[in-house]
Amino acid sequence: MWLNRDIVSIGDFSVEEIMEVLDRANKMLPYASSGHPKKPLADKIVATLFYEPSTRTRLSFESAAMRLGARVLSLGSLEASSVAKGETLSDTIRIINSYSDAIVLRHPSEGAARLASEYADVPVINAGDGAGQHPTQTLLDMFTIWKELGQINGKSIGFVGDLKYGRTVHSLSKALSLFDVSLYFISPEELKIPKHIRRDIEKRIPVKETKNLDEVIESLDVLYVTRIQKERFPDIEEYKKVAGIYVIRPSLLSRGRKNLIVMHPLPRVDEIPAEIDNLPQAKYFKQASNGIPVRMAILDMILGSE
Amino acid sequence: MNEEKMLKVEKIRRGTVIDHIPVGRAFKVLKILRISTDPGVTVSVAIHVKSKKMGLKDVVKIEDRILDSSELNKIALIAEGGTITIVEDYSVIKKFVVKLPDIITGILKCSNARCVSNMESAIKPSFTLLSKNPLSIKCHYCEREMETDEIMDSIL
Repeated sequence: MWLNRDIVSIGDFSVEEIMEVLDRANKMLPYASSGHPKKPLADKIVATLFYEPSTRTRLSFESAAMRLGARVLSLGSLEASSVAKGETLSDTIRIINSYSDAIVLRHPSEGAARLASEYADVPVINAGDGAGQHPTQTLLDMFTIWKELGQINGKSIGFVGDLKYGRTVHSLSKALSLFDVSLYFISPEELKIPKHIRRDIEKRIPVKETKNLDEVIESLDVLYVTRIQKERFPDIEEYKKVAGIYVIRPSLLSRGRKNLIVMHPLPRVDEIPAEIDNLPQAKYFKQASNGIPVRMAILDMILGSE
Repeated sequence: MNEEKMLKVEKIRRGTVIDHIPVGRAFKVLKILRISTDPGVTVSVAIHVKSKKMGLKDVVKIEDRILDSSELNKIALIAEGGTITIVEDYSVIKKFVVKLPDIITGILKCSNARCVSNMESAIKPSFTLLSKNPLSIKCHYCEREMETDEIMDSIL
């Protein structure tokens, strides 16, 4: 079922499949920093094809592949490649297809990974397509919640910041809505969660929308913080006013539940000051490092070592 | 005069009758069929026609033109459940209800400018039908969900 499967959108996953990935990621955890002793992907080649720079995501995939013993082919600079000569994505994919056993693709156009999966015989993993999907990010977020809190069902998750444009929030909230959770969307008026996403989520689980983080902090098990981008505001003063409201302070967290965790897809700017980093609630660096076991799990499942 | 009689009186010799168009959509039907750019075609439009089934409806009759399947699919997008009657020599040779397929391909583009289906000429935009009423579809590639107004603006 997993062998050669494309990993394009979190929407393609059932609850059982998500749990299967989290479970496998948990088994990979001991090998995430030292490498898998059996090198299960020793005879495999993983190609990373990044049409836009995202060094961390690329390195995370490459590290995960190498930890499993696979070799990695990385697209060099775009200027030097056929892409710069105007080759279409579908043509590029048809060529790279014969060079590797899996393709990890990052592309600025939404839906690029779906397109690539139709042209490639080898499995395609979406490493972010514009403002679209980034399923391994969603899975590592879910892994972090599951690992830190013991389960996903029964938890209350609050998203704060830019909920309008933040794709991590859209994908994660949709995926979480398959579970028995409560979601809180905390944002300024200008950056509210898009209506169609809220409508879809509300069919399955309770949702609360508010501007006031103070009001809901005591109800949360997870506080998922996102960056509010300057460029979303025509007026810099307006930006400062809005961004200032959602800065996470120790005094705020001290009012939260005992096991509250704070997550962030990173990079952060001012929304989480450094003084939070050493508090027990801060899990965002752990979250980032969970990218390795989750990506190892995915690679191992689709390239079929078992 | 009831609607049945009126339609009989204005029988056409050859062409297509599109009946049971949701009220207010007749001009959209003309727009997607590009009727206004084809002076050789005679068209009758009836709007706000009383209907037992729908309360009010619109009706369009196009003379000397038989719609092809791509045009019928486009009509289904804006007049799901509409009735198409094909007439030859004053007699009905075919009558059927237009239905939206579960997968809609080749008749509209994605409204998301950043969608890969708008970038690569080799691919056909494709959409999954999410709901008929209200109409909602999802792009196969970028997963953008589109509703009636956006769909109208995106018909090819």
